[in-house]
Amino acid sequence: MSALLRIPTVLRPAMGGEASITVEGATIGAVLSDVTTRYPAVKAQLLNDDGTLHRFLNVYVNDDDVRYLGGVETPVNDRDEITLLPAVAGGAW
Amino acid sequence: MLATCIRALPDEGCGLLLGTPDGVVVDVVASPNVAASAKVYEIDPKVLLRTFRRADDEGLEVLGVFHSHTHSAAYPSPTDIRQAPDPAWHYVLISLAAVPSDVRSYSIIEGQVSEEIIRVEGVTGPLADD
Repeated sequence: MSALLRIPTVLRPAMGGEASITVEGATIGAVLSDVTTRYPAVKAQLLNDDGTLHRFLNVYVNDDDVRYLGGVETPVNDRDEITLLPAVAGGAW
Repeated sequence: MLATCIRALPDEGCGLLLGTPDGVVVDVVASPNVAASAKVYEIDPKVLLRTFRRADDEGLEVLGVFHSHTHSAAYPSPTDIRQAPDPAWHYVLISLAAVPSDVRSYSIIEGQVSEEIIRVEGVTGPLADD
């Protein structure tokens, strides 16, 4: 199962400078495991210690945010496009 | 930006800045504040994805983000600083705590905040006199 992973500018230095890479895995969790094995430096920005998605990372499969699908259990199909984007949040608090 | 933030009241308003690689903002993309709060904001993930895709399609870049502080100064809060997603971005803060509103831009790099000069070009109306 291979899919295209789009990498945001801010994560590229930790991921070989690439804008996109081909990734393997049947679920988002498996894909991120593949990514963090290849690029260990990026792990803390993608996943929490318990393997759940980092609070400030948005992961999309095609047009859908995986938080509203199955999180790390979200299935990935051949030729899907996965996009990582940093969550944009803050506030006066 | 001001209209977006005023419409969002009593919550914080927010949106993204889309522009050229040399830093000229050409469009402001309003977003719902999915945090729906007067104290925090979060850009709608759908707007985020759509805006990054539009940037790719049009040869533009997402240059930064704006949001309002409804009752405090136009200066990044500890939350804004801690959660700043990209050191290359411009962070525009709009204070609606007093009239007239205060609009300022900052860079946030590894926790260091620096105010930037906002230059408005090719605009008619009140902002053109700034």
